[in-house]
Amino acid sequence: MADTVVHEAPTAAPHAGPAAVHGPSHATSTGLSNTKLAMWVFLGSDCLLFGGLISTYLLLRHRVPPGQGPGPTDVFDIPFTSVSSFVLLFSSLTMALAVGAIHRGDERRCRTFLLTTALLGALFVGGQAYEFTVFVREGLGYTTNIFGSAFYTLTGFHGTHVSVGIMFLLGLFILSLRGRLGVERAETVEIFGLYWHFVDIVWILIFTVVYLIP
Amino acid sequence: MSTETSPQQAPVTAADHEAHQKEHPSDWVYIQVAIWLGIITALEVSTYFWDDWFGFDASATGVAVALILMMIIKFAGVCLWFMHLRYDHPLFRRVFVFGLLLAVAVYLIAMTALEFWSSSSASGA
Repeated sequence: MADTVVHEAPTAAPHAGPAAVHGPSHATSTGLSNTKLAMWVFLGSDCLLFGGLISTYLLLRHRVPPGQGPGPTDVFDIPFTSVSSFVLLFSSLTMALAVGAIHRGDERRCRTFLLTTALLGALFVGGQAYEFTVFVREGLGYTTNIFGSAFYTLTGFHGTHVSVGIMFLLGLFILSLRGRLGVERAETVEIFGLYWHFVDIVWILIFTVVYLIP
Repeated sequence: MSTETSPQQAPVTAADHEAHQKEHPSDWVYIQVAIWLGIITALEVSTYFWDDWFGFDASATGVAVALILMMIIKFAGVCLWFMHLRYDHPLFRRVFVFGLLLAVAVYLIAMTALEFWSSSSASGA
């Protein structure tokens, strides 16, 4: 099936967003960036993935038979996880600032914020690795009980998303160092920013539902 | 395979760029949103200590409701400002909200079918 690509001026689509200005050299039949739309579709579908993992965790967390390893209240360290949450929240701010900087054509500032976001993401993943290590030492392995399996699967999937995001951030940083991430590619940074913020909102859910709600 | 209907391509003008800049909030707006999100997160975390500080029963339903409300506010704040849904084309918002609502509906039904609510109230009692 052939796609119809209609060339039109960016001003023809009042809500076209960045694509019309910084994106591809031509507009699409919707007047919107296909790449950006694809990212939103992906994020919408990712809601289903994390929804499944979170609801599975909620269904299984209290079904630990007595004597079969620790449960949620035995292992969670809320102050430590709270610091991790603040770190990820702050990384969302630096990502938003990176997007703002590249739209203004300030490549140097964008590069700084991209690297800061990657470092904060790495700090979060490092904290998660430390947390997992402590839990294992306390006797909660992946197969210890059904709570452990659900918990590690959920938070592990989220950690994997963050790790993939860090790799993309470093890729963007290297592109920027080589002078290949100018204002004309601002949409690339913005689309990646959507992914990073999504990882943050998933953590907002996990932090409340898994850690804070008794 | 693409079929091009017009070879014309409009150049990006300074006016277009300026108009696009107005669609994005300033850095200060981002910082303000982040401060609010930080305050709400601090409030969320404080609920963990309410039992020690005020002798408040942390397992009360009210705390859970407050936590869920704060979670929704934070979620919406990041989506609307950091992800630009407040400023972008409505189609992006519809696509994302559709996926989100579908997930909520599917898993609420699944959890209801698996008697999550009755087992939760039983364990809380």
